[in-house]
Amino acid sequence: MTFSFQAAVDERGFDAALSLGPTDTVAVMGPNGAGKSTLLSVIAGLVRPDRGRAELNGRTLFHLGEGWERWTAPHHRGTALLAQEPLLFPHLTAADNVAFGPRSAGTPRRQAMEQAVRWLDDVEAGDLADRRPAELSGGQAQRVAVARALAADPGLLLLDEPMAALDIHSAPLLRRLLKRVLADRPAIIITHDVLDALMLADRVVILESGRIAEEGPTRQVLQKPRSAFAAGLAGLNFVVGTSAGDGILASRGHIAGHSEDPVPAGRPAVAVFPPSAVSVFLTDAHGSPRNSFAVAITDLEPHGDQVRVRGGGLAADITPAALTDLGLVPGMTVHLVVKAAAVSVYPL
Amino acid sequence: MTGGHAGRQAYTGVPRWLYALAVLAALVVVLPLAAMVARVNWANFIPLVTSGPALAALGLSLRTAAASTALCIVLGVPLAVVLARGRFPLLGLLRAMVLLPLVLPPVVGGIALLYTFGRQGLLGGAIEVLGLQIAFSTTAVVLAQTFVALPFLVVSLEGALRTGGQRYEAVAATLGASPGTVFRRVTLPLVLPGLASGAVLSFARSLGEFGATLTFAGSLQGVTRTLPLEIYLQRETDPDAAVALSLVLVAVAIAVVALAYRRPGGKVRNQQASGERPTTAATPGGALT
Repeated sequence: MTFSFQAAVDERGFDAALSLGPTDTVAVMGPNGAGKSTLLSVIAGLVRPDRGRAELNGRTLFHLGEGWERWTAPHHRGTALLAQEPLLFPHLTAADNVAFGPRSAGTPRRQAMEQAVRWLDDVEAGDLADRRPAELSGGQAQRVAVARALAADPGLLLLDEPMAALDIHSAPLLRRLLKRVLADRPAIIITHDVLDALMLADRVVILESGRIAEEGPTRQVLQKPRSAFAAGLAGLNFVVGTSAGDGILASRGHIAGHSEDPVPAGRPAVAVFPPSAVSVFLTDAHGSPRNSFAVAITDLEPHGDQVRVRGGGLAADITPAALTDLGLVPGMTVHLVVKAAAVSVYPL
Repeated sequence: MTGGHAGRQAYTGVPRWLYALAVLAALVVVLPLAAMVARVNWANFIPLVTSGPALAALGLSLRTAAASTALCIVLGVPLAVVLARGRFPLLGLLRAMVLLPLVLPPVVGGIALLYTFGRQGLLGGAIEVLGLQIAFSTTAVVLAQTFVALPFLVVSLEGALRTGGQRYEAVAATLGASPGTVFRRVTLPLVLPGLASGAVLSFARSLGEFGATLTFAGSLQGVTRTLPLEIYLQRETDPDAAVALSLVLVAVAIAVVALAYRRPGGKVRNQQASGERPTTAATPGGALT
């Protein structure tokens, strides 16, 4: 294991554990305030946890609590941090920014500059070497920041929403670049974008309220979410209850579904189904293996070429024509109906 | 004052009577200066400001102010960094103490210095053992000026450090830079404008120092009699000389203010706009329990 981490920060209600192999990229996702940035800050040494232990390539980053008091300063950790904003040093040229890491490590100036030029070429920013950060666009600055982080030769690369501040034209370019550079090095990337998780990461970790709510291969987490947040990312309806028969017993009653493996009754389980499988009716037209939920519409919003109907914490996608036919408006009570065959049930 | 281009100007919301008071305030400052300029004996101006004692005083003032500014930078930069970044108990008290000379009458500062470095003072014995004599020497002038000018540099630099935040420093550290390297290559360059304006203000305050200097250093021509002391002395015997020398100090002050408050040329800090984090965590499905 290249990187292992376990830490608690009481003040922020943070307590999580994580490990990475030599080429793993882990995407960390979760609601705002879930502790994603705290995680990176603790790893980078910018926040001191109350307890815990972390090792990177056999070196202890920190080991605190239970009589231990080992702490490695941030500049000895080899954990370069790339933030949402490029944070290029404004008084240095792009090349000097990239050379900053090597020079801090004691590389002679000329050699460091040669490395900087190579790294700038690598992120397709070779022609920007002599520019000041003020003369760079957001996308250019972030590419230079990537080169600067890589030039420091980090044992672990930490990325805090690197695409979040970029416009829609710069983001794809940077995403391609990151896919290439992250392929053969360990990295942790915080993102709000499920596309980043799918493209860049092998695994995804869902943080909720400072705890890891769910963790696994990206595809699996999105297909079979076990947390409300992951279900939201995957765009799925997500109902928690206890297993009962072929479905679950939730606070709104029994939800019929199907499960790949039989779930013993009385266990915590979830019913998950896509909004596209949900139909909207004005009256309760009950056919046998169907689930029907009477809900008051809270929102109607465009969703691709469909209209997403939200109510009672559930979502349904219908065509604009159906919306007009039904005459739906917020506040109306409708019946959301989903076939049992479209509902997957699995234990939490 | 508010009419005219009203169609094109943005709404300011400043009541008219406020303008009247503002003009009055400006007059309080400008009128005395104008009155003084009106009394300048222009015919003899050059001889007055280039007389032996005047040049000696001016030279001493410039040398001591430069020395105390250097001392303010050497001592004030570490102090400002500790005040802006440090986290320890009594930090607030330390800041209050350091800023005290800003509001203290300089003559009180002079007395305090006298009882610290004077022959009978707290450190007097130790200084005498070293064979030094500080009180009533040029060194005393520099010390008195440093005492009153240090807070100007500290306040200005601490403000620059706080505004800048520590994000650049944090990034530099994760790139492998030791605290010393971060300070030298990141922190200092970033606060250089704040340091420069703080140094200019310290220089100006040193140049104008009177009370603490007179109390602690006395008024010996060529040794401790700086320009303000010379002006005060001349006022009794040769008012024309006093006015002429005052005008020299006003000119220096105007130059200093222009230097310290000129429009900042580079927008160094703001080019990386700090946009709010998008809070668009996807929640199409939502949850219910």
